[in-house]
Amino acid sequence: MPRAKLAGLLLFFLGPAVAIYTLFSIYPLVATMALSTYTSDPSGARYFVGLANFETLLGDALWSKPFWNALGNNLIFFAVHMCVQNPIGIALAGLLSLPGLRFKGFYRTVMFLPTMLSVVIVGFSWNLILSPLWGVAAGALKAVGLGSLFAPWLGLESSALVTLSLISVWQFVGIPMMLIYAALLNIPEELIDAARVDGLGHFRIFFHIKLPLVLPTISLVSVLTFVANFNAFDLIYSVKGALAGPNFATDILGTFFYRTFFGNQLQLGNPTMGSAVATVMFFIILVGLCLYLFLVQRRIRRYAF
Amino acid sequence: MTAEQRARSFSVHLVLIAYSLLAVGPILLVVMNSFKVRSAIFGSPLALPDATTFSLVGYEKVFRSSHILTYYSNSLIVTLVSMALVLLFGAMAAWALTEYRFRGSTALALFLSIGIMVPIRLGSVAILNMMRSAGLNDTLTALILVYVAQGLPMSIFILSEFIQQIPKDLRDAARCDGVPETRIFFEVVAPLLRPAIATVAVFTIVPIWNDLWFPLILTSSDSTHTVTLGVQQFLGQYITDWNSVLAALSMAILPVVIIYVVLSRQLIAGLTSGAVK
Repeated sequence: MPRAKLAGLLLFFLGPAVAIYTLFSIYPLVATMALSTYTSDPSGARYFVGLANFETLLGDALWSKPFWNALGNNLIFFAVHMCVQNPIGIALAGLLSLPGLRFKGFYRTVMFLPTMLSVVIVGFSWNLILSPLWGVAAGALKAVGLGSLFAPWLGLESSALVTLSLISVWQFVGIPMMLIYAALLNIPEELIDAARVDGLGHFRIFFHIKLPLVLPTISLVSVLTFVANFNAFDLIYSVKGALAGPNFATDILGTFFYRTFFGNQLQLGNPTMGSAVATVMFFIILVGLCLYLFLVQRRIRRYAF
Repeated sequence: MTAEQRARSFSVHLVLIAYSLLAVGPILLVVMNSFKVRSAIFGSPLALPDATTFSLVGYEKVFRSSHILTYYSNSLIVTLVSMALVLLFGAMAAWALTEYRFRGSTALALFLSIGIMVPIRLGSVAILNMMRSAGLNDTLTALILVYVAQGLPMSIFILSEFIQQIPKDLRDAARCDGVPETRIFFEVVAPLLRPAIATVAVFTIVPIWNDLWFPLILTSSDSTHTVTLGVQQFLGQYITDWNSVLAALSMAILPVVIIYVVLSRQLIAGLTSGAVK
């Protein structure tokens, strides 16, 4: 193909996608990072300050305390997803992929339904259900004889974050379930049949044969969970507002970024500090992705085949 | 079936039914109670609405005091236009990346895949600045541009895999006949991509329809709010009016649930197909 013709075709086919993607995705990321090295005075003029914003964010007590609090809460948020969402997802996928299971289409559809809903809707619905005012959750616990366990979980500093994490788990468990289910379906039949001929039961086949084979998918699910969790915002904002109450007990990086960028009752919005927070979030996600690519995925490639 | 097998199958179904109830119970509870009078919402929350407790008062209030129809049409416009552009530009780019050999094609594919993992939300400060200076602030166009940029990487990735599976002979035959490249794409390749559309749609429509962040930072007037943002603000204001809150929640839930139930077969096939291995 002549060079000029190829160039024209590439421009026609790739031009729109590359232009929109670069202009509204990559450029803003880079520009936000650049903006994090500036500060602005009340008149709106901007001055280059190097890494001073990051020193403020990590060193100044007024900034560092909420930042570390948000980061710590975000780690808890992530830990709950890893310890609850992914094992439940694996277990459900394991059950759904059992040979000859009836109604599996129905189960899959129903279990994936919460994932389709908006986080805002899910947050508010659970907020109502767990509200002591309505009494549905309290009544349900009482019906099974556990009434004394009920507490306004979303309102207590000690339990609000874990409760919100579990709500998020409830919503998104469908994603690991589906991805792992797909991976389980791709395991060659002969392998399973051979194991069955050797007299292995369903449980041992699952733990000794199927699970090791879907490890790459499980690690992919883990990194997807990591990126989604460290970028989360909607659920906390819709249930708890920008202040992530009670007393910032549910503040995660997403809500901290929003408050820094836009401000709220207590503080004015600060785009340059907001950019600094976004840049730190970017590097946290980048570190997680690199750990996955260089440690996890490489090792899996080496041992899986 | 032996007794032991029957017992095992029974316990498997028991677990799956229990989890299914946990998954849909909360949604059913909200929708069911939105059709009741206030006293029944509190008095017997787990009962279905009957002749004495049925009421549409919540829905009436939502229609009167919010711009719910405007929000619906905004969400619909933003989602459909974004999806159409993501599919069109994504398929064109995927075709060029898989079909033509050129220097830098690997680098370009890598560059485009950054967006799969790195959330565009982190560039919000600059996006808001750009939209303000371009005069696009508080328009649906701003949302569409951001969502297209957000959806393209994943759609290019999925569509590339699909295009690679199309037999080479098809386009080579067309080329021998002297059909121009653009016609090969639009008339030979594009129609074959139809099965991929459901897959791409899952990854495009759902996050856009449900997004709160970009409407929150990019739109400020009622006329440009989407359903998610509109309902969020409405709920914030009317949190003590349980009829309205439950009705607003149901109105945001129902369209998604209906579309999901109609399309679930394709959506799940897309999710479990090779594209996301």
